[in-house]
Amino acid sequence: MELSGAEIVIRCLQEENVKYVFGYPGGAVLNIYDEIFKQDKFKHILVRHEQAAVHAADAYSRATGEVGVALVTSGPGATNAITGIATAHMDSIPMVVISGQAPTPAIGLDAFQEVDMIGISRPCVKHNFLVKDVKDIAPTIKKAFFIAATGRPGPVVVDIPKDITAHLGAFDYPKSVEMRSYTPILKGHSGQIKKAIKLMLDAKRPMLYTGGGVVLGDASQELIKLARRLGFPITNTLMGLGGYPATDKQFVGMPGMHGTLEANMAMQECDVLVAIGSRFDDRVIGNPQHFYNKNRTIIHVDVDPSSISKRVKVDVPIVGHVQSVLAEMNELLDAETRTPDPVALKAWWTQIEEWRSRNCLNYNRNSDIIKPQYVIEKLWEVTKGEAYVTSDVGQHQMWAAQYYKFDKPRRWINSGGLGTMGVGLPYAMGVQFADPSAKVACVTGEGSIQMNIQELSTCKQFHLPIKVILLNNRYLGMVRQWQQFFYENRYSESYMDSLPDFVKLAESYGHVGMNIEKPADVEGALTEAFNLTDRFVFMNFITDQNENVFPMVPNGKGLSEIILAEDL
Amino acid sequence: MKHIISILMENEAGALSRVAGLFSARAYNIESLTVAPTEDATLSRMTIVTSGSDEVIEQIIKQLNKLIDVVKVLDLNDGRFIERELMLVKVKATGPFRDEMKRMCDIFRGRIIDVADGSYTIELTGSGSKLDAFLEALDKAAILETVRTGASGIGRGDRILKL
Ligand SMILES: Cc1ncc(C[n+]2csc(CCOP(=O)(O)OP(=O)(O)O)c2C)c(N)n1
Ligand SMILES: [Mg+2]
Repeated sequence: MELSGAEIVIRCLQEENVKYVFGYPGGAVLNIYDEIFKQDKFKHILVRHEQAAVHAADAYSRATGEVGVALVTSGPGATNAITGIATAHMDSIPMVVISGQAPTPAIGLDAFQEVDMIGISRPCVKHNFLVKDVKDIAPTIKKAFFIAATGRPGPVVVDIPKDITAHLGAFDYPKSVEMRSYTPILKGHSGQIKKAIKLMLDAKRPMLYTGGGVVLGDASQELIKLARRLGFPITNTLMGLGGYPATDKQFVGMPGMHGTLEANMAMQECDVLVAIGSRFDDRVIGNPQHFYNKNRTIIHVDVDPSSISKRVKVDVPIVGHVQSVLAEMNELLDAETRTPDPVALKAWWTQIEEWRSRNCLNYNRNSDIIKPQYVIEKLWEVTKGEAYVTSDVGQHQMWAAQYYKFDKPRRWINSGGLGTMGVGLPYAMGVQFADPSAKVACVTGEGSIQMNIQELSTCKQFHLPIKVILLNNRYLGMVRQWQQFFYENRYSESYMDSLPDFVKLAESYGHVGMNIEKPADVEGALTEAFNLTDRFVFMNFITDQNENVFPMVPNGKGLSEIILAEDL
Repeated sequence: MKHIISILMENEAGALSRVAGLFSARAYNIESLTVAPTEDATLSRMTIVTSGSDEVIEQIIKQLNKLIDVVKVLDLNDGRFIERELMLVKVKATGPFRDEMKRMCDIFRGRIIDVADGSYTIELTGSGSKLDAFLEALDKAAILETVRTGASGIGRGDRILKL
């Protein structure tokens, strides 16, 4: 029997066991939407802006590990999706975005709602496809899911002209994919792994530095085993938080621009640095010249060969799937009787404890104004550290990363690479769909939340019991902080005037709104909000306008040039 | 240093723009780029002449390999290879130039492939530096037009880039 292209699209998504498609209809995808209407194997989530559809699909993937799926129409639908796609691409999130396209005969003729989606998305996708024949739909979608999920994951765009969705063709979903041009490396080189083990056992001042690769590669258990066996200090990057339990004593906090003193100093002063699924990002190591230390040997495990020796030259590269490499390391260590030099390790820990005793995340707990850090600490307590926390981008993001102690992977959902303001609320939606009974908190700023505020409507439609934790400082706080430090307090366009009454705004969408203005009310309000397990609650915390994020490694400086709050 | 990189890629629409886009997005140098199908119609062979430090070249090779359409990448400079480029030059062939141009063409083992009243068109193949040297040797005033294909390269002996 022959099916229409649109039916084939739907069948492919069903074959991939897709549970949710986040999308927005339009002319070029009407055939596909008609088929969505006729089926109930997956659910379509109608958002209020295509950017949010892509962010929600992205977050669904971050929370579950499955491939997220978004569906948008051609032209403006496709361009609206781009920020979402670029955001997922920077953080290596597996996703398939299906976009409608002008009918094949009209392509190139400046047709209504035509945009060169392949051209526009090329720099921010892992791969993209234009489907030019109905018989190519199934093999292309199969490949798209395969490419998105394997190797270093990433978003894949499938652009389908409208006429192709109407053409008839046979449906035969391929069982497997074989691509001569794409064969991701899985197993690490055994010789290199042995070399790494030897270096680790001989280390005097070792340090584990792990990133998003551990979370995306589901390698947390293997990492915990390795770290415990060796007794090394460990840091998780912004993307890697939860990869190792933050409440564990070996965890020294996040590294980088707003990382802890102990994490940054240990990164800088260690003699063996083991980078696992992390990429020496500029926000993590600062200036590579300052980061360089001739007494330090670097081991780097990553699934993407191009991540290795990109910003920092490494001594022992290991290309492979992080989970498989760590498992192999653990096997070798199981068979090994040696342990790292206990005397040296003890001395190293003594040094780290000295850094840790500076208590770099301390802040004024006796303030009359709500301190944003305090809200996050209480959020952690009230949710018993079990919530999924999504965030937007700015100071609030850094405070959430610093003060919410993530003990599990896939609980901290934020835009690390692209730093996209506006992700917070759609991310919370994607996460709540992934885990409907979970506590989901969206930590945001009054700047960021307004970038996708329209999604309050989607949350209403689907009864999502998200809790928005707005740290309202009436400033584009992170911008203001840089202007204070590096532009002599010239606060150019970094204030947020004419803010809405967020409580009324939330209520107008049928949600619960709360204003919290006093430190003494913070805990009670959070408890009350999370007790409303079936309601969306918008919590507007009026926080200290002048609070800054510390520690801070100024842009372009080295990790040991870190500034602490107490230094100022 | 200058490197000649050979790429075997799927002969798909858009494959060329992925490579060109990669070079511009990552600010890699690109001196020349040539592409054409191979004896296997599903594959294209591309030659890119680029330059950069060892680290940059290493990244270029890795980033090219990362492109989904790319099947194989070879840095010809990693071993022995032959480089050839074709150039067509239209030169003035009036008065004293008429003999002079014929002589230069012979010295560089070019061929005159079109003769007109006032001009010759010379065909010359060789390495990029040989073509440069030829242009250098000509009187600037005599050159009317030049067109170069960009370099193609192939490994010597049993250095073969094939599936
Ligand atoms: C889409 C987008 N535009 C601009 C920026 C630059 N930017 C980074 S943080 C920030 C301020 C965010 O303000 P707010 O959401 O209120 O958070 P706060 O820093 O005050 O906590 C801006 C403008 C960005 N990251 N993303
Ligand atoms: Mg703000």
